[in-house]
Amino acid sequence: MSSVAATSPDPWHFALVGTPNSGKTALFNALTGSRQKVANYPGVTVERKAGLLQTPAGRSVNLIDLPGTYSLRGRSPDEEITRDVVLGRLASEGVPDLLLCVADATNLRLALRLVLELKRTGRPLMLVLNMFDLAQRRGIKIDRDRLAAELGVPVVTAVAVKRDGTAQLLARMDEIAESHLAAAGQNTWKPPSAADLRAAQREADRIIAAAVGRPERPDTLTARLDAVLLHPIAGLAILLALLFVMFQAVFSWAQPLMNLIQSGFDALGVMAHDALPNGLLQSFIQNGVISGVGSVIVFLPQILILFLFILLLEDFGYMARAAFLMDRIMGSAGLHGRAFIPLLSSFACAIPGIMATRVIDNRRDRLTTILVAPLMTCSARIPVYTLIISAFIPARHLWGFVNLQGIVMFGLYGAGIASALGVSFIAKHFVWREHETPPFMLELPDYKLPRVRSVAMGLYQRAMMFLKRAGTTIFSMMVVIWFLASFPRPPAGATDPAINYSLAAIIGHALAPVLAPVGFNWQINVALIPGMAAREVAVAALGTVYAIEGGKEAAAQIGQALASKWTLATALAVLAWYIFAPQCASTLAVIKRETGSWKWMGVTFAYMLALAYAASFIVYHVAVALGAG
Amino acid sequence: MSESHTPRNGHASLPLGRAPCGFRGRVDAIEVRQESGGLPPAEIENRLLELGFVEGAQVEILHEGAFARDPIAVRVNNATIALRRREAMAILATAESAT
Repeated sequence: MSSVAATSPDPWHFALVGTPNSGKTALFNALTGSRQKVANYPGVTVERKAGLLQTPAGRSVNLIDLPGTYSLRGRSPDEEITRDVVLGRLASEGVPDLLLCVADATNLRLALRLVLELKRTGRPLMLVLNMFDLAQRRGIKIDRDRLAAELGVPVVTAVAVKRDGTAQLLARMDEIAESHLAAAGQNTWKPPSAADLRAAQREADRIIAAAVGRPERPDTLTARLDAVLLHPIAGLAILLALLFVMFQAVFSWAQPLMNLIQSGFDALGVMAHDALPNGLLQSFIQNGVISGVGSVIVFLPQILILFLFILLLEDFGYMARAAFLMDRIMGSAGLHGRAFIPLLSSFACAIPGIMATRVIDNRRDRLTTILVAPLMTCSARIPVYTLIISAFIPARHLWGFVNLQGIVMFGLYGAGIASALGVSFIAKHFVWREHETPPFMLELPDYKLPRVRSVAMGLYQRAMMFLKRAGTTIFSMMVVIWFLASFPRPPAGATDPAINYSLAAIIGHALAPVLAPVGFNWQINVALIPGMAAREVAVAALGTVYAIEGGKEAAAQIGQALASKWTLATALAVLAWYIFAPQCASTLAVIKRETGSWKWMGVTFAYMLALAYAASFIVYHVAVALGAG
Repeated sequence: MSESHTPRNGHASLPLGRAPCGFRGRVDAIEVRQESGGLPPAEIENRLLELGFVEGAQVEILHEGAFARDPIAVRVNNATIALRRREAMAILATAESAT
């Protein structure tokens, strides 16, 4: 936060409003840079993005980035926030001094209708023609004076993604604000009727005909790309290939970095071990703190690679196409086409995925998507899968180029997707008893080259989110597991490994009769409990359990330890368990927050636990019958 | 529905939901006859209007999905909107020969 001298006037409060795909968030990033704060609006789960900027005249401006919308009617919680902030109905926000309506200069039609609707609120308003360079390149002549005169609002241009692309906007901000702030008018806004919408769109079309020329060099790239990418057969094949490449990349590109992080933390643990006297503190620092934190940080490369793909595809404009291609397939399972993006994000982590369901305005569709999002294979399962696959599945190549381990991994992802579709189908047809699918209407934006800056910013925010979570929930759970595995201390003269006397062993043994039918031994049962913090913690927990049991060598080689102590049937049962297991306290907490009820959290937990038990029971017994026991 | 439009005389109006890929035309009317996906007709109508489907708009079906030729991607003036044929039944359009 930049400091404001006591003598300077109060900062202005401006709000960014705009249709989806107007480049509003890119403009927000360009204007506020790193001076951003992301939080939630009080009482609701809508993300509040605010930032600070300085006008050339030196005035401070609090800028708030409102959720994108086509109108103020407020069809979803996000859009209701936009409406309430614009109308000054939100007590926590106050009335914005100036609205900056952001529009894609190459696609003004829907944005101008929104401007006409915003005018009725009486708030001071300016129109920002974003992506103006693209409009010029396509030879779209925009008579800005005419546009401003017809609309009755000042019009400025901007190129959010270019350095100094906001110079013209900033240069005029002082003047426009000074001359318009006093001009706040009467609020005559009411939810527009169909007749209002028709009249406003006709007026917008008339203004466009008067002030905006046709493109001399229309964008043919989007049409040519769509001919392939939206082709009924080729398009689907490309989408599948893209997903396959994505998972292979997550699995193989991240490996060297992960090894590096792993050996770094191992070295740190050894250093701590050597520096500290033998005893409880030494064990706590090495096995509890360092290996606990390390076991989480090690997934950062995979999460970053996955989000890199998602952010690139999003910025490129492909995500809406993926929703288009998948709509019918998702629809047959009772899911909305828009659920595709939240579910795809859930491959990285169910938490951003569940939060992304806010774009689905139908409550039941949103609930169904939230219920099945944790079934998508999140990156926290990857370490569990990786550990077991590399210990039990030979690293052979099939047909010379396909990695057998990669195939098993792909199969686990496939099982997650299939079960998500199955569960939503059952929810739709047997729980809601609703047979029609809700409307799917989505704008397909023109393709654009992703910008390094915006992708980097998105990656940074995701990484910080993950590390924050790792630093709090997961770390504290690691301390708890260390405690469970270390207390009570073994009696003097005990011959068994220390953990056999601990609380963890007591719990593990208590669960044994319940979990023996699925092939789990008590060490696995122990690991399942701290695994509630996050699935990947189970790996560290297994390490702790076996490390404390078998000494330092075993900790370095958890995989080898497992290969010698587990049967193949048990290993496969654990894999099957983790496709479904509801083992992530953070996900459950987010479900509670997003649905506003304990009930849906409980439903998610119960159905996933039941599926996990059934799946590993079947897998274990089939594997034993086939001789893998 | 707040208002309804009769198709222009002499031309047969075709619901966009029944039009083939490559269809080009002009919107005659938005007439939502039934609720869809749990939404009342008026809400469907408003959403179509907000995405630019108003009387007089130029439409062209650019793409269709692999299964049951659904959904469709429609060029509306200079934006592209994806929607299902079910909702597109409410968009009545007259074919226009390419000029």
